Amino acid sequence: MKSTMNAVAPMTLNTPLANQTPNLAPILEMRGISQIFPGVKALDQVSISLYPGQVTALIGENGAGKSTLVKILTGIYRPTEGEILLDGKPVQFASAQAAIDAGVTAIHQETVLFDELTVGENIFLGHAPRTRFRTIDWRTINARSRELLQQLESDIDPTIRLKDLSIAQRHLVAIARALSVEARIVIMDEPTAALSRKEIDDLFRIVEGLKRQGKAILFISHKFDELYEIAENFAVFRDGKAVGHGRLKETPQGEIVRLMVGRDVHDVFPKVEAEIGPVVLSVQGYSHPTEFRDISFELKRGEILGVYGLIGAGRSELCQSLFGITRPSAGRLTLEGQPVEIRSAQDAIAAGIVYVPEERGRHGLALPMPIYQNMTLPSLAKTSRSGFLKAANELALARQYAERLDLRAAALSVPVGTLSGGNQQKVVIGKWLATQPKVIILDEPTKGIDIGSKAAVHGFISELASQGLSIIMVSSELPEVLGMSDRIMVMREGLMAGFYDRSEATAETLVRAATGNA
Amino acid sequence: MTKLLKSRELLLSGIIALMIAGFATRAEGFAEPGNLVNIFNDTSILIILALAQMTVILTKSIDLSVAANLAFTGMAVAMTNAAFPDLPLVLLILMALGIGAALGAINGFLVWILQIPPIVVTLGTLTIYRGMAFVLSGGGWVNAHQMTPTFLNVPRTVFLGLPILSWVAIAVVLGMGFLLTRTPFGRSAYASGGNPTAAVYAGIDIGRTRFFAFVLSGAMAGLCSYLWVSRYAVAYVDIAAGFELDSVAACVIGGISIAGGIGSVAGAVLGSLFLGVIKNALPVIGISPFAQMAISGVVIILAVVFNARAEAKKGRIILRDRAATEVTA
Ligand SMILES: Nc1ncnc2c1ncn2[C@@H]1O[C@H](COP(=O)(O)OP(=O)(O)OP(=O)(O)O)[C@@H](O)[C@H]1O
Ligand SMILES: [Mg+2]
Repeated sequence: MKSTMNAVAPMTLNTPLANQTPNLAPILEMRGISQIFPGVKALDQVSISLYPGQVTALIGENGAGKSTLVKILTGIYRPTEGEILLDGKPVQFASAQAAIDAGVTAIHQETVLFDELTVGENIFLGHAPRTRFRTIDWRTINARSRELLQQLESDIDPTIRLKDLSIAQRHLVAIARALSVEARIVIMDEPTAALSRKEIDDLFRIVEGLKRQGKAILFISHKFDELYEIAENFAVFRDGKAVGHGRLKETPQGEIVRLMVGRDVHDVFPKVEAEIGPVVLSVQGYSHPTEFRDISFELKRGEILGVYGLIGAGRSELCQSLFGITRPSAGRLTLEGQPVEIRSAQDAIAAGIVYVPEERGRHGLALPMPIYQNMTLPSLAKTSRSGFLKAANELALARQYAERLDLRAAALSVPVGTLSGGNQQKVVIGKWLATQPKVIILDEPTKGIDIGSKAAVHGFISELASQGLSIIMVSSELPEVLGMSDRIMVMREGLMAGFYDRSEATAETLVRAATGNA
Repeated sequence: MTKLLKSRELLLSGIIALMIAGFATRAEGFAEPGNLVNIFNDTSILIILALAQMTVILTKSIDLSVAANLAFTGMAVAMTNAAFPDLPLVLLILMALGIGAALGAINGFLVWILQIPPIVVTLGTLTIYRGMAFVLSGGGWVNAHQMTPTFLNVPRTVFLGLPILSWVAIAVVLGMGFLLTRTPFGRSAYASGGNPTAAVYAGIDIGRTRFFAFVLSGAMAGLCSYLWVSRYAVAYVDIAAGFELDSVAACVIGGISIAGGIGSVAGAVLGSLFLGVIKNALPVIGISPFAQMAISGVVIILAVVFNARAEAKKGRIILRDRAATEVTA
């Protein structure tokens, strides 16, 4: 795995621009852009340029203003001040359509897709090809969709409904949607957050292709290894201000991290050894009609069980069924020696098993509700007094977890929907940690979370384990799985593909088990 | 949200105040305290029904059967009063609440257990409950002289400067405010509408929450049935015809999102008062009844447009709106 990554890197270095300021003319320039929301200055006089055939990495903490910039570029927000130049000429994106017409396409961080429409309809929504008679040309839609998805090495059938897809597959559809538009400027806001290494490689091949076609690409990610692999230039935002830019390959990671957080941060928090106690949860022969089969494992007190696998290996589906969202077709669950049957999320919460879902927006948050009310939703029994809600207790509980997770918000009473993507994730994590369960299932716990907060989340998880919590941690990030887990279960195509102790697990062995390449 | 809603509610209060001032220039005494008390008293029933409707709407449902429920229950209560004049009023009111709640429970049950969309269920029960009122009464009327004086007079009795009817509305406003902001049920209602999937993940039974919202809405319709019949001193099949739409309109004007999850008691009350002021003013300033209906309609649409714009300003949600319009396009 690692070796293929390295093979790509030197190629990208061969661009004719080794000097500090690229002498190409930028396709797109943003100058002195500010965006003010009630009470928040999300962007403060930022400028950024995008060059043909180059990837610019936009880097910054959660809430730094990255997605806001994307929304300005795609015509969703109108900036409070500043100008946008396209090929040196000032333009205004008055609507999303205007941005598309100007040749800007984007994969948004929170993708907006439609469950009840087919994959093909989702991809071509708003720009469907027409036949001679001005009716929708279904044949072309489906053929082009299939083609786009195949570029991503995915054989999703364009005629099935979106709701039947897994999270990662939906994400591939969102990517295909962005690529279905003929564009000169392609923006990707955390496109890899839901993907595993294999899909990321596919995506990067496409990005290389786009570069060769001379397109300008803005790439947002919190994963530095990816950025170094794909990007030529970088720009760092901090608290809505542009604090630095330059050539990425010539700038060490440490320097960029210092620019973005203002201090040194280590990639993965060193695991704190927790005392491992007796078995808490025992899963025997868990099966689902279509998603997974015959899963058995034991989880001990204070233990972190990592679950690794490719997208579609059935990891999230297993978690959802342990949490009572779906029913297993076979299998038994024993909690602290007692057999338990979990029929609904309520049962699971009552038994002390909670689940931090991967798809936080859809499964985790009521966007119009205030932050603190989202956080305390499953803990109301704890914060209420004799059946009545106590706002003071709720706020206190929410504040406690907000601080631990380094949540950046104007106030805890603002709607969750106004938070940046990463900060929304922190609300979901805080919400479930606040229930103080026996077993917590974390599905991609640091997805979309910036490097500084990631260390805080890892530290928190370790601390919970040492307090005697048992943790199942699903993650597609190898360093995270390897760094945090006591044991690792690898899943492949719905089956258990191996169990490894912390001491014997390496990136090699996990990837081999996950892909089935012995 | 609170900040935005607060400002919106402030705005709505301002508009209502302006309207009252404007009408006062055309109609002598419109802004007199006595007339304002009258308007409030006239709007009391709408306020109660709008709050009930709001609870249902918060859970991403709608109850179109409230007015039909009111008509049936009102008929039942009036006929009971006429047939057994000795029954104490308290018993009749409990009966109204009980019948109303039972009819609401039927809606709730169909929505919860059979998973039929609320709009379909309540469109159905809307005609069924009216039909039941017809069957019960045989199409006849219960008139003032058939009702007992206590039955007719209690809501009009003035207590501390306000009729009891107004006090009932005030009590319901306070009670609903408490229910929605201070109890787990209220929180579940907001969560079930705000994001049903996330609510399920948080261990909330959204079906049960909706069921209780419908039962509450039914019980309030029952309460209103007594208030209505005694206020207008008559019961017949068509009382309160179309009133379910007024209750929905009051909610929408008050900033309660039809998509669920957003809204406040203050909003629903102000929305009702807005309608109440218009209904009271138009006849006073001498506008023909036909023009009155058209004008109310225009005003409602304007208010909704205004609210929709306020909603769209809320940023992120815009993404969803945009995309949704794309689908329909
Ligand atoms: N619609 C909105 N209303 C109010 N504030 C908003 C809105 N959208 C974003 N913000 C605020 O603007 C700031 C920047 O948010 P943005 O989404 O651009 O962050 P980001 O850099 O993309 O972060 P992340 O890495 O978490 O995705 C945050 O403080 C956020 O709370
Ligand atoms: Mg973002």
